[in-house]
Amino acid sequence: MTYIEARGLRKTYGGNVALHGIDLHIDEGRIVGLIGPNGAGKTTALNAIVGLTSYEGSLRVLGRDPWNERDELVRDVCFITDVAVLPRWIRVSQALDFVAGIHPKFDRMKAEAFLSKTTIRTRARVRELSKGMVTQLHLALVMAIDARVLVLDEPTLGLDILYRKQFYDTLLSDFLERPRTVVVATHQVEEVQHVLTDVLFLDRGRIVFNRTMEDVEARYTEVQVHPDKLAAARALCPIAERQGIGHSVLIFEGRERQQLAAIGDLRTPSIADLFVAVINDGTAQGARS
Amino acid sequence: MNTLYWSVRRELWENRSIYLAPLIVGGVVLFGFFIGLAKLPARVQAATSENMHQVIESPYVIGAMMLMATQLVVSIFYCLDALYGERRDRSLLFWKSMPVSDLTTVLAKALIPMLVLPLLTWAITVATQTVMLSLSGAVLAANGLDASLVSSHLSLSGIVWYNAGHLVAFHGLWYSPLYAWLLLVSAWATRVPFLWAVLPPAALIVVERIAFNSRVVALLLQDLFMGGAEPSGGVPGMTMEGMSPPADFLLRPGLWVGLALTAALLAGAIRLRHSREVI
Repeated sequence: MTYIEARGLRKTYGGNVALHGIDLHIDEGRIVGLIGPNGAGKTTALNAIVGLTSYEGSLRVLGRDPWNERDELVRDVCFITDVAVLPRWIRVSQALDFVAGIHPKFDRMKAEAFLSKTTIRTRARVRELSKGMVTQLHLALVMAIDARVLVLDEPTLGLDILYRKQFYDTLLSDFLERPRTVVVATHQVEEVQHVLTDVLFLDRGRIVFNRTMEDVEARYTEVQVHPDKLAAARALCPIAERQGIGHSVLIFEGRERQQLAAIGDLRTPSIADLFVAVINDGTAQGARS
Repeated sequence: MNTLYWSVRRELWENRSIYLAPLIVGGVVLFGFFIGLAKLPARVQAATSENMHQVIESPYVIGAMMLMATQLVVSIFYCLDALYGERRDRSLLFWKSMPVSDLTTVLAKALIPMLVLPLLTWAITVATQTVMLSLSGAVLAANGLDASLVSSHLSLSGIVWYNAGHLVAFHGLWYSPLYAWLLLVSAWATRVPFLWAVLPPAALIVVERIAFNSRVVALLLQDLFMGGAEPSGGVPGMTMEGMSPPADFLLRPGLWVGLALTAALLAGAIRLRHSREVI
């Protein structure tokens, strides 16, 4: 079932085009990583999906128009699109009361279980919490909502490594328990890589890469090449090359593994390296054309 | 209904001045009255039959007016911040992630000055005046005077009904276009909502005065603000009875025009809540 469908999704701010009419198709049960440099349009795309911003073109989320049906939509779509948006005056207990009072799919016990793993006191006001604690509280509230779509924009910004790890583990175990669709935008690519089913690169308002992780693994190969085989490796047209210690690391697209095995050790490239390769490649092509 | 209830509660959590301010003013009124109690027997004995009613009632009238002025001031500041503050501190992004419609949110915010604050002020005014009433009865009795003197001029039911009438009619209904206008400005302004709320009407008055030498806008605004105090010429002549709405209150076209204006302004505020983004 299609959960998110966009056709020609476009957004401009004054004269700046944030999204150049992107097409998007995300099904039920996918965990999509939205990766892109600053200003690529990630937040704009996510804000459009959750009904926070108007747009041109067509966009349906769970069959609804997010901009005009936000309040119905957010029963099934929960999101964190920015850090530190919890009102500073609210007490932790009040936030729990409020969400429990108005959200039919909020599991208060679950939220309290999340909070019990932190040092957040329920009597505390948000303004008394550290940045990381505010994010923890927000995540506890959002992760306790049994939503069909979860949209996260830099959800772990400001959190320590332990909690970030714990968060993604929870995200994954929740997901395995009850499939939903997750769209997550982040710069911490390494951390999300192992939970993603799909990866989407956004650059200057355009989707420049859109593949499933299986596809990525089948299609892209990273090879550690010893200097004496470098010339032969370069002849196979790598899409990226960088210097390692005592060897070069080359990324190839669509080459037979047997062919590449002759020139060095094979690995699947990390999303971060692939991203750099694709974005630079795109820039190079743009420069050539 | 449930979302409206929680939305109103959330406003009370955020704006504790809604109940703290009238409570404090009620306390101040009682404190002043308590000090004045010492002179009450002397004042009552000195009063003539003509001015007896006024001598007895005046602290009640002043107390009620203090509380009602507080209600108005709290309402004005509340409304100016209601839809502006959440955009400025970006908490709008959190509220919008919750399944509460813009309609419900704006209605909840409008209910605070139009219903919640008048009811609270009424309860606090009645409580304050009831304490005053029993204290003065006790003081009079202790001085060998007729303890029922006060209650013969101002009964408990009078306190309940005069205050209720004034608050519902004037502070709830009559002032509602003012609150709705402030909410609209609050939903629209990206800076200094107070100036945006005050300057356009002021400019209209000035332009009208200079261009046409007429005062239609000024009189309309004066009517809005002074509608509540119209029957009297200020505090000295004001009585508790005079605070309650005149018999023809519901028949005044100004009331219904005002309510229609309120609906239109609130509809505008709801649209702006939908489309405005964080500042």
